[in-house]
Amino acid sequence: MDCLEQKDTEATAPSVIERYYTRWFRADMKGKPCEDHCILQHSNRLCVVTLAETHPILQNGRAIKSINYKISNCCSRLNNKVSGKSKRGGQFLTDFAPLCRITCTDETEYTIYSCIRGRLLEVNESILETPTLLLEKPSTEGYIAVILPKFEESKTITENLLSREEFESIVSKRAVAQSPPS
Amino acid sequence: MLPLKEKDKPIVRKLLSSGCCARCVLRFCCVSVQAAYRKPPQDTLKELQAFISNTENSTSQESAADSTEENSKSHDAAVSEPLGEPPNKRVKLEPVGTEEEEEAAAPAVAKLKEEESSVCVACLGILQELCGSTQAVKIAERVKTEKYEFDTVVLSVSLPAQLCVREHSCWLHVKKELREKSMAVDKDNAVQVKEAFKWIMQGLVAKELGGVVVVARSLFEVSVEFTHPETDADCHFLASTCADCFKSTKNKQSVFTRMAVVKALEKISDAVFLKHYACPPAQPTSSCSPQYVQCLHVSIFIAGRYNKFSRCLPQTPWVIDGERRMESSVEELIAAPVLSSFRADGFNFSSSGREDVDVRTLGNGRPFAMELLNPHRSRLSKVEMKQLQETINESSDKIRVRDLQIVSREAMSRMKEGEEDKTKSYTALVWTRKPIQSDDIAFIDDIKDLTLDQKTPLRVLHRRALAVRQRVVHRMNTRFLDSHHFYLELKTQAGTYIKEFVHGDFGRTKPNLSVLLKTDTDILELDVESVDVDWPPSIPE
Ligand SMILES: [Zn+2]
Repeated sequence: MDCLEQKDTEATAPSVIERYYTRWFRADMKGKPCEDHCILQHSNRLCVVTLAETHPILQNGRAIKSINYKISNCCSRLNNKVSGKSKRGGQFLTDFAPLCRITCTDETEYTIYSCIRGRLLEVNESILETPTLLLEKPSTEGYIAVILPKFEESKTITENLLSREEFESIVSKRAVAQSPPS
Repeated sequence: MLPLKEKDKPIVRKLLSSGCCARCVLRFCCVSVQAAYRKPPQDTLKELQAFISNTENSTSQESAADSTEENSKSHDAAVSEPLGEPPNKRVKLEPVGTEEEEEAAAPAVAKLKEEESSVCVACLGILQELCGSTQAVKIAERVKTEKYEFDTVVLSVSLPAQLCVREHSCWLHVKKELREKSMAVDKDNAVQVKEAFKWIMQGLVAKELGGVVVVARSLFEVSVEFTHPETDADCHFLASTCADCFKSTKNKQSVFTRMAVVKALEKISDAVFLKHYACPPAQPTSSCSPQYVQCLHVSIFIAGRYNKFSRCLPQTPWVIDGERRMESSVEELIAAPVLSSFRADGFNFSSSGREDVDVRTLGNGRPFAMELLNPHRSRLSKVEMKQLQETINESSDKIRVRDLQIVSREAMSRMKEGEEDKTKSYTALVWTRKPIQSDDIAFIDDIKDLTLDQKTPLRVLHRRALAVRQRVVHRMNTRFLDSHHFYLELKTQAGTYIKEFVHGDFGRTKPNLSVLLKTDTDILELDVESVDVDWPPSIPE
């Protein structure tokens, strides 16, 4: 009855994300066209916030000038510290809490939001050192932040988000709308 | 002959008149001769009666202090047979019985009988009818039904908390008397109900159990619990006089634990106590409830090594949202035959590290140990342990056990000792996004003692603290499989997260295999090849 015993070396392997995470989306964040976010929720309820492939930052060969986790004069996500198993001290975020601002070399600026309620566990300091990670591997090493929803909210926090199918259907409608009439 | 002194007389008289049983009187008089308690209580009572009946012949002052009631009582006592003390004239005459005295003696005998059968205000019957060979037989029968294996036994007693209140009340009663005679209360040397009960019962129970030895630190304990619902309310007034001693706790049935009551009694002043509670205590109508007997054998420990051959078997039961996810687990497969061999009530399983549900453990296996709770059988020979191991191995092809043995509690800690310094060997099946040739991965074989910075993996971060831990990969060896797959053998410091080293965990383990190979990598299978902990000692097949 061994479930995973047989293997097919020819088939492309499902990635880590496919195996353990569910993809959720938020399209046109705060009404701004195409500013899509992707939330990867692990089966253990933890969420990784990333840019969706459709986000403007990832289009038209843009390059990144700066990434800033200091979202206001008094609040920097870089100061977030959690301690112990219970993650004491982590900043508590709501859906529209900004996580960071990203400025591209063409001076366009984008704010990335939490998208879900939960405690901020960590932000990705690697993208500060190597901003190209954000462009090259937006859904893995270029992640924005890790958030832990409350245990009792782990099922409900994704209710306002789009499933992969819903998101893809929105994106395909966009493509139709943008293509020039023939 | 009772080891009592002249100064004990007023105490004896006072206690007998207030409804204490003979054995309790001995307790309050600090009689520490165990044999005195083992005598039939009726005989002791007679001796006590005789002892105080001498009062009149001692000092006139003492006689004067006696109340009328006590006078009559000491007169009644004269009916009993004198023991030991040089009999005075009056006592000597009594048993013979003369016409004139018959009349006076008749009601006295009736009174004595009534006292014998009445329940003691101090011990609530525990040192009376609940303490003797009949009860010893009952306790032993109860123990025998459980079919324990043991050489020695220790008896323990659990008493209702109100006994402390009643004891306190009796002391205050005695104290009044002593103060009038300016004598000191010797409370510290008094004998506890518990002690007296054990002195009487331990030997009797041991005899009924086939002559086992009674030792204070036996592995096998028989505990006898008494309750007395009729007087449970005795403690209640303490909650109002000493509220902070009785904080409600969730897991306790009653706040009136023995500890709390003792503490409250230490704090309460005599005056306040006397205002709320009768002194001497009120006469109960019934004895303590039939005793509840519980047997407990101390835990024993076994150890061994296990292999796990399945990728769908968790190490411990896997429950998510209260629902069982996999039908079995390593610990359950091992525990079932073990529990039935040792006839234990339960177990605690521990091991040197653990593997994920989809990871196999091969080679010599992973050291594990189990605490067996309340084993009814505790000695298995080497041959029997071997048979037990075979039974486990025959019961499932998902696991295998070796080196199964009985160990000490202390030895068990050796398994966890220096766990971080130990090494572990693994084999991983790795997938690469870019096509590879065997030359592309050969350089990995030359990497030695690679230090990783591993952030707590996302897959366990919900239940573990966030930290960066340094772990060392001592050696790696590759076996090319095809253009997208190879086997990677690793020898690492214990505690290294192998899966995260291979797929990188969002870049949170650095360096990782995808960094080394400059392409996305993923782990498809993982086997633990060896856990290099030299405990427990191996047992030759
Ligand atoms: Zn008593």
